[in-house]
Amino acid sequence: MNEPSHQNGAILTVRDLAVHFGGLVAISRLSFDVVEGRVTSLIGPNGAGKTTAFNVITGFLPPTRGEMHYRGRLINGLKPHEIAALGVVRTFQKTSVFEGISVFENIMIGLHRQGERKAWEIMLGLARVHREEEALRKKAWEVLEFVGLTGRAGERGDALPYGEQRLLEVAVALAAGPTLLLLDEPVSGMNPSETADFMRMIDRIREREITILLVEHDMKMVMEVSDHVVVLNQGKVISEGPPEAVQQDPEVIQAYLGHGGQRA
Amino acid sequence: MEQLLQHCLNALILGGTYALLGIGLTMIFGIMNVVNFTHGELYTFGAYMIFFFVMSIGANFFVALPAAILLGVVLGGVIEFSLLRPLRGADIDTTMLIMIGAWIAMQNTEQLIWTGITKSVNHPFPVDPIVLGPVSVSWIRVFVFVAAALLILGSHLLIDKTKLGKAMRATFQNRETAALMGVNINAIHTATFAMGSGLAAAAGALLGPVFVVAPTMGDLASLKAFAIVILGGLGNVMGATIGGFILALVEELGAGYISSGYRDAMGFLLIILVLIVKPTGLFARRERVG
Amino acid sequence: MKRTLTWVWLFFLATMPVWMTNQYYLHVLISAGIFTIAAMSLNLLLGYTGQLSLGHVAFFGIGGYTSALVSLGFDLHVSDTTTLVFPPQPVWLAFLVGIVVAGAFGWFIGKISFKVRGAYFVIVTISFAQVVRLVALNWVDLTEGPMALNNIPPLTLAFPGLGELAFFKKLPNYYLVLAVGVVSYIIIRRLVHSRAGRAFIALRENETLAESVGVNVTRFLVLAAVVSAAMAGAAGCLYTHYIRIIDPDVFLFIYTVTMVIMVVTGGKGTLAGPVVGGIVFGILPEILRELAGPEVQWIIYGVIMILILFFLPQGIVPALQSWWKGRAGHEAVLPGTRAGGGNGP
Repeated sequence: MNEPSHQNGAILTVRDLAVHFGGLVAISRLSFDVVEGRVTSLIGPNGAGKTTAFNVITGFLPPTRGEMHYRGRLINGLKPHEIAALGVVRTFQKTSVFEGISVFENIMIGLHRQGERKAWEIMLGLARVHREEEALRKKAWEVLEFVGLTGRAGERGDALPYGEQRLLEVAVALAAGPTLLLLDEPVSGMNPSETADFMRMIDRIREREITILLVEHDMKMVMEVSDHVVVLNQGKVISEGPPEAVQQDPEVIQAYLGHGGQRA
Repeated sequence: MEQLLQHCLNALILGGTYALLGIGLTMIFGIMNVVNFTHGELYTFGAYMIFFFVMSIGANFFVALPAAILLGVVLGGVIEFSLLRPLRGADIDTTMLIMIGAWIAMQNTEQLIWTGITKSVNHPFPVDPIVLGPVSVSWIRVFVFVAAALLILGSHLLIDKTKLGKAMRATFQNRETAALMGVNINAIHTATFAMGSGLAAAAGALLGPVFVVAPTMGDLASLKAFAIVILGGLGNVMGATIGGFILALVEELGAGYISSGYRDAMGFLLIILVLIVKPTGLFARRERVG
Repeated sequence: MKRTLTWVWLFFLATMPVWMTNQYYLHVLISAGIFTIAAMSLNLLLGYTGQLSLGHVAFFGIGGYTSALVSLGFDLHVSDTTTLVFPPQPVWLAFLVGIVVAGAFGWFIGKISFKVRGAYFVIVTISFAQVVRLVALNWVDLTEGPMALNNIPPLTLAFPGLGELAFFKKLPNYYLVLAVGVVSYIIIRRLVHSRAGRAFIALRENETLAESVGVNVTRFLVLAAVVSAAMAGAAGCLYTHYIRIIDPDVFLFIYTVTMVIMVVTGGKGTLAGPVVGGIVFGILPEILRELAGPEVQWIIYGVIMILILFFLPQGIVPALQSWWKGRAGHEAVLPGTRAGGGNGP
């Protein structure tokens, strides 16, 4: 399909997106691109529609209007697992891990997409099933090393301290092999040192050629890691561009001051 | 044509008691999120209580009836307090299984006390039916309909007009907010379960004299109550009321025109159909989440 | 340690008929075994995917009835003039057909029921079982209704050169049930310890998260339903050709409840749970039979279940596991192991 996607290196294009719940307009008209290999941040006051945008892009919520394309493919109407299969994986605002099982098993679940063995093969206990399991276990260790949670492998998901649970969340998402990673307020509740560690991890994720779309309130972090910033207010884009430009934009300052100022 | 009218009349009367069952369960289900398997047993309990009062100790019918209902309310409260409240935080599976355990214990206790032999309950109404042109109806059934109608009306009034009802509705809408506004959630739960159980007991006490009393009579009643809840939408009292009449009508027409053996299946087929077509129920206003 | 235990256990079960010759006890074990297989299948749905399926006995009965009808031969009156005649088939074929048909119903119910969740799902499954029961009761033409299908042939195996072995007696049935039980256990264990098993647990623990990493929730729910139903159907086939008579009472809700009690008290979501539950609640009735009437027995089961849910909410097996871990002291958690009670042995 000859769509906007490859014209300026954008892998995700959102056009005229609108989301209405009953009488409530969560997103009125949203259009933006996410360029491949870059870190794009979506910011805006609370209720601006950022998480709603995530929910729509990843198929958890149907859009009322508008189109979204990922790598040239229309993703409207696809179910969440189908969108994940395309390589678009997200994390959640409220810490979301598989609580009752170990950290290692959490990652193994994240690796679900990377396994191909069918049910009948599994039930017959074929050798290739065992081989695939071994390969997946190896990959799981790699992911744990990448985020630095190898020491916690055997602990229950919900037994981890807060900061590490959030890391686990990202690890599970990474295990799914994303080409576009959507991070929903990943550092909220983290202290400055944890946030700094996380920012370094974002760099490493970038090195693996994974595109990142970030929703965050921590302005310092946003300005430091982002290549491109999109500012939402009341369900539409009011400004976008490189971080320095957006920071100076009077409309943006007005929007934030009007909602109680920004967090540093 | 006369047959049709008769079926409709029967459905109207049966529907009243079905509505009682449904309203009780939808309240419990909606407000407390409990799969209440003891509902049918409260129905049976109501029937056995009126049997006990009228037949075993010779009490006046019009005294026995409210007594049976009252005992149902009390039993419901006891069940909630002893079994459900301690496990408030547990997931829906655990509470459901506790209710199953209680159901087994209750039904077998009834069987132990009164044996499996069906019992009949005498009533003070004339046995000869009233004939109204093409249709006929017995006095006891008219009484049952009137009593059920009064109880349905009473329930609606309680929920819509009283403070208690308002608190119940608030808890149904949003538990956390209600708690923040000072609603005593524990008390609401006990009251809801007690009231729902009382309505089930009322249905049983009313139908006991019409049909017979047996330990397993509650099983079908339970399942039909579930059907009504689905028809009307979880927590929707008006939906449950209408649903009760719809179920009775479908049963009557199905039994009359298709096959009487499958009468009880009608309710279940209805459920399966409704859930395929409109999973939120025929009247549900709220979006089902998850 | 665990492997040795399993082998010891298996050896014990395999040699039991040698030293326990009492035919009645053998019968008790066979019945308990059949129910345990059904409980294991229910555990897949109830324990691992977390779906409250309370119509499970329907698959058991459908498997049993199908197998019975296929092995007896039956007529289907399609219309007033046409009747399809199905001649009797060998029992091993009837077995397979029974399993397949049960599995097909599992697929169908899975597809419908999983449109709805939680309490609604429970009700649909119960309703389904009730409808099936009423069909079995009323379609007298096919199922003989309450008059039951009887003289159902037992399994017959032909050994070339050695002749035929017909499974009339208890001993061969014991080994048949044991064999099917072991195979069922192995199948479930393989599924649970695989990518599919992880998908089951994922959708139980956090469905949204599972979807977000690419788990096709519906597909795996249906998979669990099909395997679970087929296995319950197999148990039904075993039952039918052992007892050799089947009637609509096999669809009574109380049997589903029995299976649920076995799974929940044993430990849902563990492999050993339904086995422990199956043995306990398969044998308990026989012990209590001497002491009390049926009503009191059931009251005791109800009370036991409530007590276990109050005090050992995870079930007997996880409680034993925790106790064992506590005794052994806190071991260093090795990489690649499972923590907590989430996955079973």
